[in-house]
Amino acid sequence: MEFFVTLIQVLDSTIRLATPLLLACLAGLYSERAGIFDIGLEGKMLISAFFSAAVAAVTGSVWLGLLAGIGASLVLSALHGVASITFRGNQLISGVAINFLASGLTVLIAQSWFQQGGRTPSLFGGGRFEPIEFPFAEAISGVPIIGPIYSELLSGHSILVYIAFLMVPLTWWILYRTRFGLRLRAVGENPAAVDTAGVSVVGLRFAAVAICGVLCGIAGAYLATALQAGFVKEMTAGRGFIALAALIFAKWRPWHAMWACLLFGLLQAVALRFQNIDLGGVVIPVQVMDALPYILTVVILAGFVGKAIPPRAGGEPYVKER
Amino acid sequence: MTLMKSLMGAAAAVALTAGAALAEPALIFDLGGKFDKSFNEAAHNGAQRWANETGGTYREIELQSEAQREQALRRFAEAGANPIITMGFAMADPLSAVAGDYPDTKFVAVDVNWLDAPNIRQVSFAEHEGSYLVGMMAAMASESGTVGFIGGMDIPLIRHFGCGYAQGAKAVNPDINVVANMTGTTPAAWNDPVKGSELTKAQISQGADVIYAAAGGTGVGVLQTAADEGILSIGVDSNQNHLHPGKVLTSMLKRVDVAVYDAMTAGTDLETGKFAMGLAEEGVGVAIDDNNRELVDAQMADAVEAARRGIIDGDISVVSYYENDSCPALQF
Repeated sequence: MEFFVTLIQVLDSTIRLATPLLLACLAGLYSERAGIFDIGLEGKMLISAFFSAAVAAVTGSVWLGLLAGIGASLVLSALHGVASITFRGNQLISGVAINFLASGLTVLIAQSWFQQGGRTPSLFGGGRFEPIEFPFAEAISGVPIIGPIYSELLSGHSILVYIAFLMVPLTWWILYRTRFGLRLRAVGENPAAVDTAGVSVVGLRFAAVAICGVLCGIAGAYLATALQAGFVKEMTAGRGFIALAALIFAKWRPWHAMWACLLFGLLQAVALRFQNIDLGGVVIPVQVMDALPYILTVVILAGFVGKAIPPRAGGEPYVKER
Repeated sequence: MTLMKSLMGAAAAVALTAGAALAEPALIFDLGGKFDKSFNEAAHNGAQRWANETGGTYREIELQSEAQREQALRRFAEAGANPIITMGFAMADPLSAVAGDYPDTKFVAVDVNWLDAPNIRQVSFAEHEGSYLVGMMAAMASESGTVGFIGGMDIPLIRHFGCGYAQGAKAVNPDINVVANMTGTTPAAWNDPVKGSELTKAQISQGADVIYAAAGGTGVGVLQTAADEGILSIGVDSNQNHLHPGKVLTSMLKRVDVAVYDAMTAGTDLETGKFAMGLAEEGVGVAIDDNNRELVDAQMADAVEAARRGIIDGDISVVSYYENDSCPALQF
């Protein structure tokens, strides 16, 4: 029974840790499926984390904070779009620039706005996303097995968690069951064909980059206003890059992205819960668990476990033939 | 052209002032940043106090990367700043490389005590002694018999904190269970409040009801989650009691501000050598103020005071993690 309680706690932690990864991963999925590589996920999450916390602190409304975070993330997305779609710049360079820009800009604005050393004031009350309790969670919690799963694992997360997991079927439906999704995928594989069909490549790519911005915005707001109560410099701590690793691990597919993010979240949760794991005499140090997402990604990229083939036109700016 | 002119003018002005204010002290913050609510902020407060009291000015820089360490040192030394105060153990190697080139400049190294140079004042703190006291308080405040420790980056200094804490807790209650976690092994571990929160939740689920955070910016997440979940936390370096009044049991003070203030006050007459700041020198201590007075009852305060005297008199010996790179009270 003790094992079961621990298991529920670890899985609960997994969901909290996987949510920002999942949102960022889906954000990258839209962008990369349309042929725009985006390593600026980290920067967009960071700037959204800052603006959501700052606006929530000033107005006292977390929903205005969320909007501000999405807005800030969209601005960086637009920058990435203009640089890599309109001016056909190198997408990787633009992404790196966005990461640096966000890292410096957030601390600078925070310092001149709040004078608290690059952080925002602590949020309280309506400035934070509160956990949502499912109906009957309290009543059912005594029931063995099902009770804890329902009342602790599924209930009691903030609304952004449920939004993130609902995004998975929605993304699948958009990409594989709508005309927009078909065109979006086509633009990442063979933009010339899309262009020949009379559909705007530039428009589709901008749309994808904008969706990416919105999702990164939600991810950042989740970090700063739901998991934490305020912004701290560099608080994304590399989650944007783990999300990219998850995207490759999932081979650019929505359902797989969810499982990849849950796996990476689980690895983190296990590493946090059990510092060093003793497996029948062999001790696995915590560092191995921290490194495992990257190791798994390299293994996948090296082609040991199936091949990870990125969208064919990814990373290349589209030049109309004349 | 006008822009160019004003730039040149500004550069000339800077060069002139650099020449004029010859013995201006300089302060180099570590990667955590000037306002980390902790270690570096304490240094900033000390420098500000000196500036306000004497009307003096000082130069400062917040390092952004490892590569800037030596560069910043040489810049300040070339500009004639004296003394040059550096923060953190990571400045040790750049200092030993640079100090010899500027024999007339005096350097101060906080958290360093193993260098061999005639012009460096090395100030180290007996963090294990202060941590011992907060460990005692944690054990006395705990009702579950389990207390937690969350460190930032896994380095000997942080294990040193944790080791003193565990010894203090076990002095009060030999059967107490001390859960210790480190946030990570890279400098990102100093600024990951999300991970700090998850570690706090994990420790709470293992029964901890008082958690000591020695983790820089990550500690903000620890203190926040502890306050949200209704358990007590313990801050570090600066007085963090005010962050969540009534929810932070106490803070382990490391008087970096005093070290910086003293160095700036002494100016160029600074005495060099190795200085250890322990409980006796009031270099470390426990923070009691209006925000936590209700949490600390008379019995606890008396026990801490008795232990403080005991450590100063040598009746209680707190084992340092540095002595043989291991801790008698805690397995990392």
